[in-house]
Amino acid sequence: MSSVEPVRKQIVVDAPQERAFRVFTAGIDRWWPREHHIGKSPLKRAILEAQPGGRWYSVSEDGSECEVGKVLSWEPPRRLLLAWQITAAWQYDPTFVTEVEVTFTALGPNRTRVELEHRDLERYGDKAGAFRSAVDSAGGWTKIVDQFGKIAELPDSTG
Amino acid sequence: MTNASLSFAALGDATRLQIFERLARKPSSVGKLAERMAVTRPAVSQHLKVLKGAGLVAVSQEGTRRIYRVDQRGVEVMRKFLDRFWDQALAAFKDAAEEREA
Repeated sequence: MSSVEPVRKQIVVDAPQERAFRVFTAGIDRWWPREHHIGKSPLKRAILEAQPGGRWYSVSEDGSECEVGKVLSWEPPRRLLLAWQITAAWQYDPTFVTEVEVTFTALGPNRTRVELEHRDLERYGDKAGAFRSAVDSAGGWTKIVDQFGKIAELPDSTG
Repeated sequence: MTNASLSFAALGDATRLQIFERLARKPSSVGKLAERMAVTRPAVSQHLKVLKGAGLVAVSQEGTRRIYRVDQRGVEVMRKFLDRFWDQALAAFKDAAEEREA
């Protein structure tokens, strides 16, 4: 299938490079959007394990764990490569991988540019990536579109 | 929104899902699809019409044949979702990174 343009984001934060990296990774629970949790019970904690091959997952109020993906490359405080393994059916699939690359560039002692690229999105058009599991799951596309609608209603963020 | 719900419903039929999966692997004509499946050519045409209506399949003319392929717009729904998701997530990340640490 032809390739799909990656999602690219850039944001400048008033924080040192090292802290920006740390908040993004070890501090992920402080900023991870709560409402996009894939588990049945409410999200209690988001966790990104600080090492290559580390798990990226969330823990629900009922104690169950939901995988999001894993750490592919761990290069503090400059770069981070993650595997996002959530299908279009909003379910974790260990055989499905899209990459999220995050780079942290120091612009000053207390200023860091964070660039994020979510790529391999054409895999959402592969039968393994999306449509099969969308059909198999109860929520499927309807569910993700509901969630998309909720996000789309939010005002655009700057940066 | 409606379009994506429609996509979901369109793939709820086993034959249509099979047709869709074949097209995901390789673009094809109605005749070629019908040859390899236990359904008639008109039935394949009918299924393709539903898939096309749901925005899952696109058609193009190649010589005398009409070639069907998987439409990228289903992927676009996912891409748009992730685009907004990361906007929201990074805005929250910025707040957390700039917060004074205790």
